[in-house]
Amino acid sequence: MTTQSNSNLKTRSSNFVILYSVFKRDIGLALTRKTDTLGAIFFFALIVSLFPLGIGSEPNLLRLIAPGVIWVSALLASMLSTNRLFNDDYQDGILEQLLLSPCPLELIVFTKILAHWCCTGLILLIASPILAIQFDMSSETILVLMMGLAIGTPILSCIGAIGSALTLGLKSSGALISLLALPLLIPVLILGTLAVGAVGSNVSFSVYLNLLAALCMLSIFFGPIASAAGLRIALD
Amino acid sequence: MDNSHLSSSQSIKKINWFEFSAPSRFYALTQKIIPLCWFMALSFGIAGLVIGLLYAPTDATQGDSYRIIFIHVPSAWMSMVLYTAMAFWAAIGLIFNARLAYRLSISIAPTGALMTFIALWTGALWGKPTWGTWWVWDARLTSELILLFLYIGYISLYQAIDDERKAAKAASLLAIIGVVNVPIIYFSVKWWNTLHQGATITITKAPSMESSMLLALLLMTVAFWAYAFATVFTRTNQTSLIEEHHADWVKSVLKPSKASS
Repeated sequence: MTTQSNSNLKTRSSNFVILYSVFKRDIGLALTRKTDTLGAIFFFALIVSLFPLGIGSEPNLLRLIAPGVIWVSALLASMLSTNRLFNDDYQDGILEQLLLSPCPLELIVFTKILAHWCCTGLILLIASPILAIQFDMSSETILVLMMGLAIGTPILSCIGAIGSALTLGLKSSGALISLLALPLLIPVLILGTLAVGAVGSNVSFSVYLNLLAALCMLSIFFGPIASAAGLRIALD
Repeated sequence: MDNSHLSSSQSIKKINWFEFSAPSRFYALTQKIIPLCWFMALSFGIAGLVIGLLYAPTDATQGDSYRIIFIHVPSAWMSMVLYTAMAFWAAIGLIFNARLAYRLSISIAPTGALMTFIALWTGALWGKPTWGTWWVWDARLTSELILLFLYIGYISLYQAIDDERKAAKAASLLAIIGVVNVPIIYFSVKWWNTLHQGATITITKAPSMESSMLLALLLMTVAFWAYAFATVFTRTNQTSLIEEHHADWVKSVLKPSKASS
């Protein structure tokens, strides 16, 4: 009895060690490859800045399109970086090692998604108010936009991970991931912009944020499971 | 069409659910059904078009432009039914690891994408005279457009992976994720639309439909179903023949036709 619980405790702690090292390694890699990590952020800022140039600098118009522009750019920047979520580990064989480890693959995938979110979603979230100010958004709308991004960007990482797992090892995976993941992400875009749009109106923005949070919970639960299934198919 | 020897040579002992999951038996069965499907598609289609275009009365509000309904509605129905069927066979394929279920699922996708495209195209043609615009970002239209993207994503993922088995499995997983997401997409698009647009355009049908209109619509629906069955079965069988070209049953199927031609 005691030995069993002891061994249970041991596997649990060894799982934690594996997950912690996976997380630390992914963050470390992201910090070493600064061009990749910062590239996504500058891509985000660049896309957002292109819209005033293309549409015109009429302040009322900019205020109107700002939430949509920032959300679409966040979607694109997130897609750009999910490409490498599993591919590097696949190429140097680490992914197969992780598949063989005693720790459930779903938990490892979850950890990798978490690390990915810390390096993209979180930074997008921090960068978004600066860009929102460029679009002359009020402080209240900026707050709702950031709340939406805080809840919504984990969904982008989760769905992006599914796309990344399904296209593992393919040569032209970049465009394909976007083609697979973006249609699935349309609800996130819609709810995120609706929440910002609801600030001035008589509809409560928390309705949309709640729905977004529900989607976030669903994708955090099912995203790693589906990604792990995709990885198992690709590594079969 | 001399495949009778094949089905008779396969001794059928008892009825089971996996009877036709063997590509050879499925081939023998569907090769008989396919001509019937084509016949039904053509005859019902012609009958439906004749009744719909010549005999059905002109609509009181929309004039003759409403007649595109006889193409538009069946294709829109088929686009949704086929996506569900595709995801269903994908799930069966993943659960039972059945190659024929994967093949069916993959074979449904091009027909489904075609139906979605026809529904969008005829919808645009119908929208111009009645709504005054080719396209509206209405909930229905937008979700149908997204459905087209889902079909295209599914097909391109399958095409992108070289290994047939891996491609079928990965695409099946995507189809299942997609079918879960379809209602979410539909409702999100609906909420988004209602806030931005208000109730400007809704597809409301006349409460009582003329019986000849209804008949034509039903005939066209049957024709579209038959067409879908014919193309899906044909595509499935072609894939079976290509992928199992080393198998004995393929050789025995292909030999008589080679000798006669």
